[in-house]
Amino acid sequence: MAFSLTVNGERREVDLPGDVPLLWVLRDALDLTGTKFGCGVAACGSCTVHVDGQAVRSCQVTLADVWGEVTTIEGLGTPEAMHAVQAAWVEHQVAQCGYCQSGQIMQAAALLAETPAPSDDDIDAAMQGNFCRCGTYPRIRAAIHAAAARLSEG
Amino acid sequence: MSLGKIARRTFLIGSAAVAGGVAFGVWYARKPVDNPLDPEGEALALNPYVIVDRAGVSIVVPRAEMGQGVRTTLAALVAEELDVEMDAIRTLHGPASDSYYNGALAGLGLPFKDYAMSDLQHAIREQMGVMGKALGLQVTGGSTSTVDAFDKMRHAGAAARETLKAAAAERLGVPAEALSTGAGAVIAPDGARLPYPELAEAAARIDPPRAPALRPAAEWRILGTSQPRVDMVEKATGTARFGLDVRLPGMKFATVRMNPRLGAPMRSFDASAAEEMPGVERVIDLGTGIAVVASNTWLAFRAAEAVEIDWAEAPYPDTTEALFAEIARAFDTAPNSALRDDGDADTLPEGATEIAAEYRVPYLAHATMEPVNATALLDGDRLEVWGGFQSPTLVRDHCAEAAGVAPEAVRIHTTYLGGGFGRRGEVDFAVLAALVAREMPGTPVQVAWSREEDMGHDFYRPGALARFRGAVRDGRAVLLDGAIAAQSVTRESAQRLAGFAPPGADKGHVEGAYDQPYAIPNYRIRGHLAEMKLPIGFWRAVGASFNGFFHDSFIDELAHAAGADPLEFRLAHMREVHAPSAGVLDAVREMSGWTGETPDGTGRGVAFTYSFGTPTAQVVEVVDEDGAIRIARAWIACDVGTALDPRIVESQMVSGLLYGLSAAVMGEITFEGGGAQQGNFPDYDALRIHSAPAVEVRVLETAERLSGVGEPGTPPSMPALANAVFDLTGERVRELPLARRFDFVT
Repeated sequence: MAFSLTVNGERREVDLPGDVPLLWVLRDALDLTGTKFGCGVAACGSCTVHVDGQAVRSCQVTLADVWGEVTTIEGLGTPEAMHAVQAAWVEHQVAQCGYCQSGQIMQAAALLAETPAPSDDDIDAAMQGNFCRCGTYPRIRAAIHAAAARLSEG
Repeated sequence: MSLGKIARRTFLIGSAAVAGGVAFGVWYARKPVDNPLDPEGEALALNPYVIVDRAGVSIVVPRAEMGQGVRTTLAALVAEELDVEMDAIRTLHGPASDSYYNGALAGLGLPFKDYAMSDLQHAIREQMGVMGKALGLQVTGGSTSTVDAFDKMRHAGAAARETLKAAAAERLGVPAEALSTGAGAVIAPDGARLPYPELAEAAARIDPPRAPALRPAAEWRILGTSQPRVDMVEKATGTARFGLDVRLPGMKFATVRMNPRLGAPMRSFDASAAEEMPGVERVIDLGTGIAVVASNTWLAFRAAEAVEIDWAEAPYPDTTEALFAEIARAFDTAPNSALRDDGDADTLPEGATEIAAEYRVPYLAHATMEPVNATALLDGDRLEVWGGFQSPTLVRDHCAEAAGVAPEAVRIHTTYLGGGFGRRGEVDFAVLAALVAREMPGTPVQVAWSREEDMGHDFYRPGALARFRGAVRDGRAVLLDGAIAAQSVTRESAQRLAGFAPPGADKGHVEGAYDQPYAIPNYRIRGHLAEMKLPIGFWRAVGASFNGFFHDSFIDELAHAAGADPLEFRLAHMREVHAPSAGVLDAVREMSGWTGETPDGTGRGVAFTYSFGTPTAQVVEVVDEDGAIRIARAWIACDVGTALDPRIVESQMVSGLLYGLSAAVMGEITFEGGGAQQGNFPDYDALRIHSAPAVEVRVLETAERLSGVGEPGTPPSMPALANAVFDLTGERVRELPLARRFDFVT
C-alpha cells in the first residue's frame, strides 16, 4: 500500500504495509541510515527522530500512524551546516563507537527546544531512555550544557 | 632485497607508484611465492599506510574503529612524521590483508608477568610478533593496536616525508638537507612551498630510505596532544557508515533465526506461513537455522518469527546451575597452569590468620549497540563482504569457504563498528551472510540480526568460579593461594577461528590474577579449565574481566583481615615491586581525598588491576539513596607510558569503567533449556546517564613502555564497586551481579 509522508522537508511516497515501523521505512525504503536500529522495543533510543518536533522512538511508530512532519538526524544538520547540538557534540568530542549518537542528539535537540537551559536533573530525565554502551554520558551532559549556552547566545 | 631479509625483519617500509601518485607502506611476501627467483617482480606486494596523489594525503588505518579512537591515533602517528595537518588528511580502513598483521597480539599469549618483563623477554615478545606475521592475523583486540602501530606507522610517515623531500631536491637542484617540511608541503630554502601532491609522481620513482630517523617525543606537535577525532563530524551528523548502513544497488534485506541451543542443528521447519507474508522473497535452510530474504529488514524479522522450527537439544549442560556445576568440577582436575607459584603456598605460615573465600561471576553478553550483521554479494566466483569486523583476514578465509570461492577472490570492506568489545572478532555473522549470498548469486544481501538473535547467539564472557585462601600476619599478607575455574576463551576461540588449540598453560585464563605486582612471599595462582560446548569468546578485558574481580576482592578481604586501610595495604605490598603501579594508587588517593573514613550513608572502595600493560587504580563512591544504592562518583588513574592522545585515553578509561560497572550491577546471561534467558535491553540493561557516576581521570606517563587503553579500565571497576558496597553495607558480596542482592538506582 502506498503512503505519503514528509521527511526532512521533502514529500516521499512509500509502498510498504502500514504496520512497518517508521524506523524501517526511513532506513530501508528511504536510505536515511543515520537513524539507527538498536533494540526494536523502545529500550535504547537509538532510533529517535522528531515527529512535529517531538522526540519519538521510530521503532514504535508505524508507517500508517505517522501524524506529522518527520525530522531525522540528516535533517537536523549536515556536516557543512551543523545544528548547535551537533556542533557541541563535535566540540566536546562525545562519540566513541557513535552508533547511539544520532538518537542521543535528536533527544537532546528536542529537550533544548522545550527546555532551553536544562539542569542536570532535566538532562537525566530527558536522556535516560537513551542507552550508550561506550559510556559517553559525561561528555553528553557537557555537550548539552554547551549547546544550551550556544543557543541562548543565539 | 631478498625474502630471507624480509622474513627476519618485523617490517620493511617500501613504496609503489599508484595512479597520479605514490603509496608508502609495508612490503610483504605473498603466499605462496609465485617465482622464488624473482621475488621483486612477483612475490612482493605493498600494503599502503600512506597514499599521496593529486587529491592529497590519505592514511590507511587497518584497524577496526569501534569507538576506541584508533582511526585518529594511528593516523596521527603517520601525520606526525609526514608533517601534514590532521584536518587535511583522509583516512580509510583499507582491505583485509595479511600484511596488516598485528604483531603485538601474538605476544599477549606469553606467560610472563608483564610488569616484570626484562628486556630479553620483550625481545622474545617482539620475535613472537613475527609469528603474528606468519599467521597473517589482522586483528583489532587485546588493547594492542597502538603498541603494534607505534613504530610501523611512524616509519611509513617518515619514509614518505624523506622521499617527497628527495623528489623536491631533484626538482629544485638543491640537497635534500637544505629542505624542510610543514603542513603538507616541502619548503624550499627561499620559503617557497611545494605541496606533496605535486611531488607525488616524482616520488614514486625514488627508493624510500630504509631506516629514516624518527622524531623524539620532545619534538612532537601532534602526538601527545588531544586531536579532534577524524570520525567525530560523521558520527554527529548520522553520516558515518556502519555495517547496517551499507546500501548497494538491488540489495535485499535478510535476517536469520538460528538454534537458540547454541551449535545444535535444526530438526525440521515449516515456512509456509512465512513465505506468504508481505515482502518475503525466500526462506533459506541453513542447517542450524533459517534465513528470510525480504524487501525490508522488519518484514524479514517478522516472517522469521512466523517460521515453525523444531530445534535439536543443546550439546552442553542446559541450565545455569548445571553449567556452574560443571565449572566447579574443573577444580577437581589437574590445573592447566600455575603461572605464579612463589614460596610455599601449601603451608599456613606460623602465627598467621587464615581466611578463605569463594567467588562467582556470570556469563555475559557483549550487547554492542549495533546488532551484528554483514552484507555479502557473490558475483560469479568472486565474493564481496561488508561489515564491522575486528578480524577481517579471518572473515575473508571463513567466508571464502562458506561461499565456495578462493580466499583471493574475496574482497572485505570494513565499515565503522557500532561497538565491538570482542564480539566482532568472531566471524559467524559474516559467514551466515556469505551462506545467504551463495543462495542468491548476483544479488547483494544484508543479513541483519534482531537484538534477540544477537543476545541469544553471542560468544559469551565465560561464567567463572574462584576459590581463594590467604593469610595475614603483622598487617601484611603472607599467603595468597587462588584457584580459578572457567572455560578457556583462548583455546575455544583459537580452535573455532584458526582450527587449532594452543597447548600448554593458558595465560588468558588467569591474567588479571597471576600477574599482579604484589610482594607476597607465598603466592600461587592456578587455572583449571572447564570443558563444555557452550560458545564463549573475547569480552572486553577477557580473563582480567573476571580475575580482576576475584583477585582484587580477595586483596580487599586480606586488608580487612589485617586491620589495615585497603588502599595503604595495597600500596605497602606494591611499592617495591612496581613503581608505576604504586603511582596510580597514590594518584587515586590524592584525587579522591581518600582518608579511609566515610560518613554514614556513603561507601568507598578502591581496586587495582594491572592488565594489558597498564596499571589502573580506581576509587568508587556509593551512597544510600532511600534504600537504593547510587554509584555517585569514581576516580581513575592509569599509567600508559606515553599518552598519544590524552583525551582518547581518558574517554577509554571512562568507557571501560562504565562497561564494567554495568556488568557488576546488573549484567547476567542465564540459561534454561539450553538457551539464554535474556533477549533484549529490558532484561540486559546497563548504566544510563542518570545512574552513571561522575568520573575523574588522571593519565600518568611514568611507565617505561607504551601500553593499551581499550580494556584496562574494565577489570578494577567491578571489585571497586563491590568493595564500596562492602564499606557502605558491611556485607561482602562475592557473586556478581550485585543487583541480585541489593537495589540500585537504575
